[in-house]
Amino acid sequence: MSVDKSTVARIAQLARIKVPEDDLDALADELSKIVGWVEQLDEVDTEGVAPMASTAEGTVLRQRDDIVTDGDCRDDVLSNAPETTNGYFVVPKVIE
Amino acid sequence: MAALTDLTIAEAQAGLEKGEFSSKEITKAHISAIEEARELNAYVTETPERALADAEASDKRRAAGDVGALDGLPIAIKDLFCTKGVQSTASSHMLEGFVPPYESTVSGKLVDAGMVMLGKTNLDEFAMGSSNETSYFGPVINPWKRNSDDQPLVPGGSSGGSAAAVAARLCLAATGTDTGGSIRQPASFCGIVGMKPTYGRCSRWGIVAFASSLDQAGPMTRTVRDAAIMLQSMVGFDPKDTTSAEVPVPDFQAVLGQDIKGLKIGIPSEYRVEGTDPEILALWDQGIKWLEDAGAEAVEVSLPRTKYALPAYYIIAPAEASSNLARYDGMRYGLREDGDSLAEVYENTRAAGFGNEVRRRILMGTYVLSAGYYDAYYIKAQKVRKLIADEFSAAFEAVDAILTPAVPSAAFAHKEKSDDLLGMYLNDVMTVPASLAGLPGISVPAGLSSDGLPLGLQLITKAFDEETLFRVADVLEQSAGFTAQPGQKG
Repeated sequence: MSVDKSTVARIAQLARIKVPEDDLDALADELSKIVGWVEQLDEVDTEGVAPMASTAEGTVLRQRDDIVTDGDCRDDVLSNAPETTNGYFVVPKVIE
Repeated sequence: MAALTDLTIAEAQAGLEKGEFSSKEITKAHISAIEEARELNAYVTETPERALADAEASDKRRAAGDVGALDGLPIAIKDLFCTKGVQSTASSHMLEGFVPPYESTVSGKLVDAGMVMLGKTNLDEFAMGSSNETSYFGPVINPWKRNSDDQPLVPGGSSGGSAAAVAARLCLAATGTDTGGSIRQPASFCGIVGMKPTYGRCSRWGIVAFASSLDQAGPMTRTVRDAAIMLQSMVGFDPKDTTSAEVPVPDFQAVLGQDIKGLKIGIPSEYRVEGTDPEILALWDQGIKWLEDAGAEAVEVSLPRTKYALPAYYIIAPAEASSNLARYDGMRYGLREDGDSLAEVYENTRAAGFGNEVRRRILMGTYVLSAGYYDAYYIKAQKVRKLIADEFSAAFEAVDAILTPAVPSAAFAHKEKSDDLLGMYLNDVMTVPASLAGLPGISVPAGLSSDGLPLGLQLITKAFDEETLFRVADVLEQSAGFTAQPGQKG
């Protein structure tokens, strides 16, 4: 299946990446090429095969003790923030 | 005595123990080498002051008789590992200037073992690439040159800075990470040993995530023994990583020097991939002969779905990447670009912060995960992954290890493949299958191409059987007797 320009614009919006109009055609070409190539997987009979999300699937998820293992490091948490004030992250206005 | 920068880890350990030189001396030798080889662009961040302080502390510990497993050894860390107090960029503009207030588990273990940290090595942006050309901080130059021309060559990727630094004697060893071949392919391109352990051996905690079900840290060294020594200090159960394996850790060095008589080595004909350099196929045949001469039995194995590993990988890895890289939103850390609305801040930040390859993979991942395509692409790829893993399991009922080429070609020139997307992706055709199955693999330098470039052979074993991997790799290394060194060193 080929990926058209409007599809690229839509997935770019889903991925929250601004893509300049001038880049859309080239990206559509590139993604079409990749998608066309991965579609060779259709040749493989996967009837009844369980999808494998991880090779660690046999691992039982552990539960840790319900105790504080981290925290009290506010300044560390904020140390790389683009903008902070009074010990808080500053983010752009969300509610008009 | 050889130059201090030419020593292996094992030799440097012995020299430090005997008092032939101090950590400070071997560290200074490496700092000078790094300064002299800056045009290779192997390091994103050099930390000479930190290294000298580490070295002095190590020398004091040694005087007090209290040394760790890697005490005083100058080592480089791929810039995908978060290092406390030292900029950690993933070679992306997005994380330029990011200084973690914490230490990744693996680099922390190396610190605990007494390493001297020389700096952070260059890589493809967010580890996405096979040539180190996607780094925001510029490409890395392979210290090797081909005989036929003087063109700068790529070191492979994504751990290209680590591979170049180890080959050019700009560190004794380096960490790498491998998602689809990012340790093994650059190791082959630069003529060094690159080892990817079983998924779950090394904690992923504090490593910038690319594709979480595939990412795995490993050592990049000049000898198999050095890889075993270094891996020993990187592995172990970590409660901070839910996929960290709670399994016993063997003594990896103990198997070195053991013979391989009677071991069965699987040879999968499916790795005779179309387009593979005939010299590499000849080297593979030579490798089979070496192992047979050492008493192993070569056995044909069939891994019929090998050719589908790469397309499955290029669905799974971008899907996981698109999810993992959603965190870069310009709010809590990393780059932030202004915009008229919150959505626009996100979009502008991510447009400015990500390079072309990363953007392409995020879009690809978003596409295969989006409504209507999820089953057709993503679930389909996961089913193929299961079949590939099952094929390996079946093969390992009959053989102890599998021998293949590590790469389909020798190192290529800068920009030679950057316009050929799928051609670039094909670099990982030999390494991706073991990644999908979570198996350990090692690339061992085995010979030179007719044009004078190093070529590696890959060994793969079943999960958590690094001992057999090292045991056979050691024999392969002895047989190959690879002693060539790159022309451009520090």
